[in-house]
Amino acid sequence: MPAIEVSGLRKAYGNLEAVRGVDFAIEEGEVFGLLGPNGAGKTTTVEILEGYRRRDAGEVRVLGHDPERPGPDFRERIGVVLQQSQLWPNLTVRETHAVFAGYYRAPRDVDEVIELVGLTEKRDARAKTLSGGQKRRLDLGVALVGDPELVFLDEPTTGFDPAARRAAWEMIRSLRSLGKTVLLTTHYLDEAEQLADRVAVLRDGVIVRVGTPRELTSSDLEVEIRYRRSGEEVVLRTTEPTRVLNELTADALARGEELEALEVRRPTLEDVYLGLVEEETEA
Amino acid sequence: MRMFLHQIRTEQKLYWRSRESAVFTFIFPLMLFVLLGSVYKGRYPGAPYYDKPAPQILLAALLAYGCAMVAFAGLAITLVIRREGSLLKRLRATPLPPLTFVASLLASTLVVFGIETIALFLLGRVVYGTPFPDRIGSIAGIVVIGGICFAAMGVGLSGFVRSAEGSSAVVNLIVLPMAFLTGSFGPTLHYPHVLRVIGEVLPLKYLVDLTNAVYLHGESLWSQPKAIGILAAWGAAGLVGAFFRFRWEPREG
Ligand SMILES: Nc1ncnc2c1ncn2[C@@H]1O[C@H](COP(=O)(O)OP(=O)(O)OP(=O)(O)O)[C@@H](O)[C@H]1O
Ligand SMILES: [Mg+2]
Repeated sequence: MPAIEVSGLRKAYGNLEAVRGVDFAIEEGEVFGLLGPNGAGKTTTVEILEGYRRRDAGEVRVLGHDPERPGPDFRERIGVVLQQSQLWPNLTVRETHAVFAGYYRAPRDVDEVIELVGLTEKRDARAKTLSGGQKRRLDLGVALVGDPELVFLDEPTTGFDPAARRAAWEMIRSLRSLGKTVLLTTHYLDEAEQLADRVAVLRDGVIVRVGTPRELTSSDLEVEIRYRRSGEEVVLRTTEPTRVLNELTADALARGEELEALEVRRPTLEDVYLGLVEEETEA
Repeated sequence: MRMFLHQIRTEQKLYWRSRESAVFTFIFPLMLFVLLGSVYKGRYPGAPYYDKPAPQILLAALLAYGCAMVAFAGLAITLVIRREGSLLKRLRATPLPPLTFVASLLASTLVVFGIETIALFLLGRVVYGTPFPDRIGSIAGIVVIGGICFAAMGVGLSGFVRSAEGSSAVVNLIVLPMAFLTGSFGPTLHYPHVLRVIGEVLPLKYLVDLTNAVYLHGESLWSQPKAIGILAAWGAAGLVGAFFRFRWEPREG
């Protein structure tokens, strides 16, 4: 049985249709990435699955429960990192973990979880004294302390420095090796590629692509050419850079002009992803 | 039950750790007792009901004020701050049952108000030589009944306050005039008629009636059914407000 099954999911806020017919299924033990730009509907989808928001239409099953009417053990079995939330500013890292541990029947060892999220050195520091990234790790720690089977992570690594992001990736991988199911949202394609078994790209409330990260990024690699013309930046994308550059420079030479701030680069994975979502919405 | 106790311990830790709530709601009534006590002296001429030493009259009044601060103001501000910071929302995703959460919040509030009551009597004894109350049971009853009614109103009010930044200003705007009009800073005998009429409709007036009857006149709590009834009605109004306006999630995005 899949850990999460969603079909025909819809949700509108007034006139704004935030989610317009989304289908996907996540297998037990799978790490599933929900990728998409701001306002795509990621948080809306995730919070419907967590039981915070009501759907307008569609079928949703999470660990066999309908999250709008969850059975008593539903919240024992899920862990949640919200996109934004504070914890108690005056409790220490250890106390905060212990408070949350007290809400579950079979919590994990508090010190072990603190170690796992890399806050051991800060265990006696009050939450309000933590840096942004450290606060985020605290969010992550309290989501894991109940030893959930299914973990929802809404942009878990936003605000992390590169080392912390690497560490968080390690931690999420370790969740997978423990057999946990993870639903993670992110803006970062590299993160999705590093972590997710499968990725769904969401744009304007619909899924425009689902697949393994490899399948997603194997589209044609275009080259990007940028320069400035009378103060304005021009960006060209092409699969034939040699020809385009030749034409550009010939043209500029003929007019006796300089191609200001000329730059030629291979697109990053990020660019590929952005190209993908832009192209799909125009269609 | 285990979770209820766990959550009361948590709430206690949170209350005493937070300088805002501990100083503002707990210390303030004690501080006013010392300040006002050094100003008000003697007795109230021509008012047999208040024919007692001034510090004793003040103590009875500030006991009611302490309830308004701890159970009403403090609880409302705490709830708004936690709601707007998405803390309530985060708790909602844990197995902590909402009823257990609310019950432990109430119990913890009663504990704080109980300690406040003891502190007021001790302070009065040490500084002004005021007597301890004769009717301990009725004082305990006041702590419970007053605490529950004002806590219900506090939860109701929190549903109407939109932002965390504005919460303590809004709450003060209600509590301070209410305390002044209902005699929580001293008897209102000499107030203009209009102000006294306004005071008559406010719930704190009836808690002051209770503390006066029990502490100043040694009457039983149950000798004041009208005051208890009106307090209960206000508490019920608070519950209705809470029922319709309480939110787990932030009101402002
Ligand atoms: N409570 C709400 N009331 C009204 N509109 C909302 C609400 N929540 C979200 N929206 C709107 O729904 C759309 C989808 O929002 P959502 O938060 O799901 O996006 P997201 O993919 O999580 O974006 P981000 O990457 O910025 O977090 C947005 O246009 C947003 O403005
Ligand atoms: Mg979001």
